[in-house]
Amino acid sequence: MTMTEAATAPSASPAPLLRTESVSKAFGGVQALSGASIEVGRGTIAGLIGPNGSGKTTLFNIITGYARADSGQVYLDGRRITNLPPERVFSLGIGRTFQLTRIFPTMTVFENMLIAGQHKERSWNPLARAGGAASRRHAMELLDFVGIARHAGALAQTLSYGQRKLLELAYVLVADPEIVLLDEPAGGVNPSLINTIAGKIRELNAAGKTFLIVEHNMDFVMGLCDRVMVLDYGSVIAAGPPAQVRADPRVLDAYLGTGEDDDAQDGDRGAGHEGA
Amino acid sequence: MIASGLRFGGVAALLALGIVFPLVFTNPAVTSDAIYTLIFVAAASAWNTFSGYSGYISLGHAVFFGSGAYLTGIATLDWGLTGSQVFLLLPLAGLVGAIIAVPFGLIALRVRRHTFVVITIAIFFIFQLMAYNLQSLTGGTSGLLAPTVNFAAATYNNPFYYAALVIAVAAVAVSWLIRRSRFGLQLRAIRDDEDRARGLGVRTMRVKLGAFVISAVPVAMVGGLSWYFTGLIDPSSGFDPLFDVAVALMAFLGGLGTVAGPVLGALIIEPAQQYFQGQVSAGYLFLMLYGALFLVVILVLPRGVIPTAAEQIGKWRDKRREGDGGLAGHRLAAAGAAPDRAKELA
Repeated sequence: MTMTEAATAPSASPAPLLRTESVSKAFGGVQALSGASIEVGRGTIAGLIGPNGSGKTTLFNIITGYARADSGQVYLDGRRITNLPPERVFSLGIGRTFQLTRIFPTMTVFENMLIAGQHKERSWNPLARAGGAASRRHAMELLDFVGIARHAGALAQTLSYGQRKLLELAYVLVADPEIVLLDEPAGGVNPSLINTIAGKIRELNAAGKTFLIVEHNMDFVMGLCDRVMVLDYGSVIAAGPPAQVRADPRVLDAYLGTGEDDDAQDGDRGAGHEGA
Repeated sequence: MIASGLRFGGVAALLALGIVFPLVFTNPAVTSDAIYTLIFVAAASAWNTFSGYSGYISLGHAVFFGSGAYLTGIATLDWGLTGSQVFLLLPLAGLVGAIIAVPFGLIALRVRRHTFVVITIAIFFIFQLMAYNLQSLTGGTSGLLAPTVNFAAATYNNPFYYAALVIAVAAVAVSWLIRRSRFGLQLRAIRDDEDRARGLGVRTMRVKLGAFVISAVPVAMVGGLSWYFTGLIDPSSGFDPLFDVAVALMAFLGGLGTVAGPVLGALIIEPAQQYFQGQVSAGYLFLMLYGALFLVVILVLPRGVIPTAAEQIGKWRDKRREGDGGLAGHRLAAAGAAPDRAKELA
């Protein structure tokens, strides 16, 4: 266990980097989000937790342009970005990973890295090679950082599941986004890799990168995050430092509901259900 | 390095062969087949530049072929052009193909996969119907006859041949340039996972439309050339549903999404088709052969000849390198060497 309870960083004041304001979204008759408001302070690691179906991924999708909000607003650094298309959101500085890791399988690992960098290359010539020497070096450094540089020439589909997670993290970082949204970075990977991923996130955060993490693994979230927000039935029911959230009766109620086993207290319930 | 040297040598040899071919084989029946083959090399490469790289399978490229043919036909007859002058219309035909591709693409590229295929077929039939019905422009079912050409009989085919060769080489060159460019990277990202690509800042609509427009140009140009060489276009030959089937089959056989694949496919299929059409008086047998060949390709070589062969050669090379006493773990080469391999794979 490498997790510490040292989460002491300041909360999301005064001006949050990422903010949602009363975001609501319904799918047919199902209200996925109802007035969800979250804040992520610059330079922090924020966690977003909640039971299955509480709207975490939907909120991610709305922030990153993959779904449209019925109402409410999303702000990045004070700028309204509500319902912009994904490519715009990305170029404004929000990178994300997906719960089910999404890489480009028939391209090489290195080519995967180049895709995320291309939007910055303002060349008038469409036939220009992807990536200058500097961005190629940067891509290699990032692959090295996550530890899969030796697979750079291999097709991405040959990577293991854990390596794919690392690749997805690396290529999101290529574009140097202001904030990285991670959807279950520890889902379905072995414990030692979970520690590796947590270590990389800490290292990046120490260098100033902001994170918002959806995760079911409570040890991971509680050990890593400065601030945790809890979604239930589409709205935020609690927010604060991990220790405080963990003790919040509303959170326990949302997670445990009625008639749940006590041994789910550490939040392994979700991980058990979705880890597959 | 050896591989790239071999590749360069192969391309140079093929190009030289293409240039001297009509000087060696002067039989007009042979050069005629060669012209149609080059037309399909151009068309299949251009089609692959869009459909192969992006994964959007178009069955509507005959729209560009027919439009290029009709544009060339109408302009030639209206302006009273003769002889080599007509070849100067071909860039114009390409431009018209590109212009038509813009609204076509804006409509069809809003949808994906099967729906996209159906929309391209629907738009194709709209164009065919227009060719049938806009009689004052297209001549209706009787079509447009090309004027008699007064080239010297012995080398009559040569101007057509070299025009087709230029378009084919240009189409393959563009395909190659795109394959190795940032634009090609974006297209292949769209093929693998379009939504993910958007999330990494790829402006997918712009990229798809750009490739669609570029791929229309050579197809429209060979359409115009085909009209002039064949001497006639009517709605059923200009807007021929089999055109896209043929072009797609060539790309699939050779290797969808590779530069060399469609070229190889066209070099195999088109001469074979010409041969069978010559042999069998009822020219419908080749349609059954098309169907059968499509089935065989999908069953036996779903990725096409080039990728399958490349994989086999790669395995063989790896094995031999291991046999030479090289490190068994050479695949895990130093990080610095890895991009080289990435280049090689591309």
